[in-house]
Amino acid sequence: MVLTPDAQALETKHLGFTISPHEECGVEEAVRIVEAQGGEVVVLTLGPEEAAEQIRDCMAIGADRGIHLVSSEELDAQATASAIVDAVREEEPFDLLIFGNESADAGNYQVGIRVAYALGLPVVTGLKALSVDGGRARCEQEVPGGRDVYDVPLPAVVTVKEGINLPRYPSVPAKLRAKSKPLASKVVGRAAPRLEKLRLAVPEGARKQAQILGEGPAAAPRVVEVMRELGVA
Amino acid sequence: MTLVFMEAPDDELSRQALTLAESLGAEVRAVSVDGPYAPSAWAAAIVDAAGDADIVGPGSDRGNEVLAHVAAQLDLPFAANVTEVRGDELTRIRWGGTLLEEARLHSPRKLLTAAPFAFAPSDGGREVATLSPSFGDAVRVVDHVSPETGGKVSLADAKVVVSGGRGVGSAEGFAILEELAQLLDAAVGCSRVVTSAGWRPHTDQVGQTGTKVSPDLYIACGISGATQHIAGCKGAKKLLAINADREATIFAHADYAVIGDLHEIVPAITAELRKAKG
Repeated sequence: MVLTPDAQALETKHLGFTISPHEECGVEEAVRIVEAQGGEVVVLTLGPEEAAEQIRDCMAIGADRGIHLVSSEELDAQATASAIVDAVREEEPFDLLIFGNESADAGNYQVGIRVAYALGLPVVTGLKALSVDGGRARCEQEVPGGRDVYDVPLPAVVTVKEGINLPRYPSVPAKLRAKSKPLASKVVGRAAPRLEKLRLAVPEGARKQAQILGEGPAAAPRVVEVMRELGVA
Repeated sequence: MTLVFMEAPDDELSRQALTLAESLGAEVRAVSVDGPYAPSAWAAAIVDAAGDADIVGPGSDRGNEVLAHVAAQLDLPFAANVTEVRGDELTRIRWGGTLLEEARLHSPRKLLTAAPFAFAPSDGGREVATLSPSFGDAVRVVDHVSPETGGKVSLADAKVVVSGGRGVGSAEGFAILEELAQLLDAAVGCSRVVTSAGWRPHTDQVGQTGTKVSPDLYIACGISGATQHIAGCKGAKKLLAINADREATIFAHADYAVIGDLHEIVPAITAELRKAKG
């Protein structure tokens, strides 16, 4: 991983952007619910201008329209939640707000929960299964040794994890249709961060010097010897 | 005072959180919560018990969830997965631990979780008070379902994990990994490429968005070593990488390396183990 010279972000000159895995599954889940039961899927993101591309990707999966909260700088979790709350209030009434359990990059584990509190809605996180029926959501949350089950009234906030479904690959016609779906964008002002990112760093000592046990199948006896030393064979 | 939320008195990640709390220098009080899991009610009980103390929890799913509820109830910032605290500044992990963030907390109180395996667990023996929350109509767990494991050891609990990546080549290719795993009483894991291709179910995925494992030995077969995957297996005590590509990133994270075709090497290890066991 290479950082920008000011250590504020990853150097992305040579990289592409993509949607976080949990969130891609969240969009897929919303599309499946609406395909089965009717309704509308609106996808919302907060991010730089470039993030519009990911909204189009979500539209290709099946989202009907998009809301882009444009911010050139990364906001902290509280400011992110507050910007989302402002935007979502304009969309009431809705049945379900689906978030990724945590973002791949910042990993703050809290935006969905903060939004739920601000809107006074029930929230269940870490879902690996979701079914919506009769104005209620049955939610299965992944825990060690199985899944905890919750049953909450709608409207509700849920956060999902990868594995809740296997997202579809959009077809070429779906990608073309996505280009003409409505996308509203709104610039978000910068609030003073309460968890203020100062700089990023690559962990030291991450690189190990592996002991080479051999090449090809001839290494097998040495591998078994190591397994014995470790007490696993 | 610093209040520590413990999932259980002997819980490994909670004892690591105790160590983080002790590093803050104030008196430490440990609590766990009684009754069905209801994150908002548990958080309210912790907020009550804490007074104006800092609150620390484990960097587990449940620890991060409860602390996020605490933060939302108090409308204070919350730093998840912290590795070090220096006054108002702290270091926390990003990208599942492959990147660090240095940050300044603008808050009268610290709300933190301890990044898993960033701290040695604190010695036992500390008294853990049990809180009894007031549940009211709080969202709570109403049922539990357990997956059918067929008697096999789970990924999260396995002492050895035999894991395969793109190099395995197909769903059928995992047969040789299954065979080795059976001999070692190991669980079989895989990388994200494998689940996206539909070769294995997502429940087998080790990674930032899959299961995070901490076995004594992790055997990575044909796995290149993307950050997404490393985030899930860096808790392993030892990592053995088998890969045909000498330049594969996985070797930079490995303790032991075997270079070559896993389709030849894995069966050779299985045969050698069988021979040794007679």
